Amino acid sequence: MTRLINIAGLSVRQGAVLALTDVDFHIDRGEIVTVVGPNGSGKSTLMKAIIGALKPAAGRIERAAGLRIGYVPQKLHIDPTLPMTVTRFLNLPRRVSREEIDHALEKAGLHDLADRQMTRLSGGQFQRVLLARALLDDPDLLILDEATQGLDQPGSAAFYRRIEEVRAEMGCAVLMVSHELHVVMAASDRVICLNRHVCCHGTPEKVASAPEYRALFGTGTGGALALYRHDHSHEEGCGHDHDHDHPSEAAE
Amino acid sequence: MNILDNFMNRAALAGLGVTVAAAPLGCFVVWRRMAYFGDATAHASILGVALALSFNISVFAGALAVALAMATTVSVLSGRGYTMDTLLGVMAHSALAFGLVAVSFLQGVRLDLMAYLFGDILAVGRTDLAVIWGGAILVVALVGWRWSALLTATLNPDLAYADGIDPRREQMVLTLALAVVVAVAIKVVGVLLIAAMLIVPPAAARPFARTPEAMALISTLIGAVSVLGGLQGALILDTPTGPTIVCVAAILFLLVSIGNSLRIMAGQGGGK
Repeated sequence: MTRLINIAGLSVRQGAVLALTDVDFHIDRGEIVTVVGPNGSGKSTLMKAIIGALKPAAGRIERAAGLRIGYVPQKLHIDPTLPMTVTRFLNLPRRVSREEIDHALEKAGLHDLADRQMTRLSGGQFQRVLLARALLDDPDLLILDEATQGLDQPGSAAFYRRIEEVRAEMGCAVLMVSHELHVVMAASDRVICLNRHVCCHGTPEKVASAPEYRALFGTGTGGALALYRHDHSHEEGCGHDHDHDHPSEAAE
Repeated sequence: MNILDNFMNRAALAGLGVTVAAAPLGCFVVWRRMAYFGDATAHASILGVALALSFNISVFAGALAVALAMATTVSVLSGRGYTMDTLLGVMAHSALAFGLVAVSFLQGVRLDLMAYLFGDILAVGRTDLAVIWGGAILVVALVGWRWSALLTATLNPDLAYADGIDPRREQMVLTLALAVVVAVAIKVVGVLLIAAMLIVPPAAARPFARTPEAMALISTLIGAVSVLGGLQGALILDTPTGPTIVCVAAILFLLVSIGNSLRIMAGQGGGK
């Protein structure tokens, strides 16, 4: 196993508040790791710190030498005044050949829209073009930040199936943030439950039964749908019924 | 005989120089919704003109320095308590007001003020022409060099970071280019109408373009037609040249918009 990213004691400041405190995290080659957590729990902050968009206030982020990261952002708004074909978009910021583009589009599960305008794509097509762009560099690590936001359930299920296929074909590690626990849990090797710090982590089964996780996502977690529904009503985060009595849990 | 001996030729070349720089840069101003930012930077530069006249240095240098200071200050301050919109409103109009007051202290300048507010393209000399084209080439080189990085940062800052591009640095590139364009365009269209040269040609070019590069090229073309048409129009109608150039650009934008609306309506009426 090659360690792709190792994070120790990471704290990140967003404005005046600490969005992340003392986070330990790692991901190895070929793993699928999912980060779950309520809104405002610092999931996107963690992704941004990993791609280098946010500087750590404390701690360190180590990347494997020559690590290639493919990043699919949470949402990408293209201003209607900006004309952009799919092909042109895939050529940013580096020019690539037509074959590479066709290959990446095919891997992302798309056909015959290389010449379409980005603003004319459906939500699902748009996300797959973002995925194709992330795959162009043949990445060691694919980072997806709530990549299925705005897709309906069959759409996002199809998207995640595609991600699993991509991992199987290319052998890249996948790090993803998701709200859709029921979809994501099944596909992940490890799950990290985040709420400004690492609440709990481990295999999906272990996390789903952990008290910290239940405190965040509700106790009546019999069915997947219950998880999903609860997630939406849990804007305030944990903190009330969730004591931070497991400081050593974060370190593996 | 030299073609630069004729003031109309010099005016045309000056206008084309501004267009070559303003059109591609203006595309980014439109894509990034920086229209007001461009306007504010331009308005502030009148303070630079006043300072330059009182210290007897080149107007170009004065305007460049103040435009740069203004654009940098707004970039740095935005997101710290005030929105960009409010900051621009405060700083642009303050700088314009201070500039106008400062100019009033200078003797003999009062008559010239109109030339700086609305431009005086027919009075462009050989030195002005050299400065304009020097600035234009600098801006085109800068924007051309950073083109892909600028586009990526414009699409999404996080996408840029993931590709190893620092969006803040690209913002500074645009800020610098904007200050240069403002400084060279004062003589041609004046501080009040510079933003029009940045925004109207790209807006008119949008319906024709399928890629960012095409939009930049078509904007340049539309800007060039506006400059040459405006010069001719001003000569025939005996109107102020800078505003006439902007009027031609605005009319082109209007025609394109009407044409585009008709095309869309025809497409919808086609029974598909």
